[in-house]
Amino acid sequence: MDADAARDKPAFPAASIPLTVRVQAESFDTAAEIAALSHGRSDIGALVSFSGLCRDEGGALAALELEHYPGMAEAEIRRICLDAITRFGLQGATAIHRYGKIAPGAPIVLVVTASAHRKAAFDGANFIMDFLKTGAPFWKKEHRVDGARGDWVSAKDADDSACARWLR
Amino acid sequence: MRTVDLVYFSWVRERIGRGEERIELPDTVLTAGDLIRHLKGLSEDHASALEHENVIRVAIDQEHVDHDEPLGAAREIALFPPMTGG
Repeated sequence: MDADAARDKPAFPAASIPLTVRVQAESFDTAAEIAALSHGRSDIGALVSFSGLCRDEGGALAALELEHYPGMAEAEIRRICLDAITRFGLQGATAIHRYGKIAPGAPIVLVVTASAHRKAAFDGANFIMDFLKTGAPFWKKEHRVDGARGDWVSAKDADDSACARWLR
Repeated sequence: MRTVDLVYFSWVRERIGRGEERIELPDTVLTAGDLIRHLKGLSEDHASALEHENVIRVAIDQEHVDHDEPLGAAREIALFPPMTGG
């Protein structure tokens, strides 16, 4: 841990840090979510946002369909965000994940993190995404352009190793 | 015997042919792993869905658990494949 990160550890519990978690079918406005997280605050020095979009896989994919476990999906993302707030001393976080049918080019997930200095915000967003991919109960099914029956997307070993590096 | 609500997702749901069911559990079913092995005996569809036991993830009352976790007083138990969100 660098000196900045150590200095920025909050003296108050993660539960008191602004945290927004939503699981929804509709799209979201990334700029509005970033603005909402920092609105009226002068303690934030760094805001990082990550957007995950639906790829068309070289034109072969008509849509992704995301199934989720209602209730647990929100709860698990919240647990991951609270871990990140505590671990990196974040001053705020927003995580939004969509479900249902999503067209190529459309957003699937948004993570926004706020901190005093950039490293915590970058690391926090990275950490949240790594654990969200392997721990939040969502499953992607492909719908192909040619009408062929799509497959469930397979989990990647690389996603598990991405999480493991935070545990070293 | 006791009653638990099971929920299934993704290809586990598709192979079993339903998203949820309520079943009576014998007292010999103590852990999440015991539950998976018990369910495999219920039908060919269950056996096919849960064929590769070590791939199946389990959540008890909406929290991830390992296969050696005791079911305890679980009300809702979910079985699903590795997650692919994000």
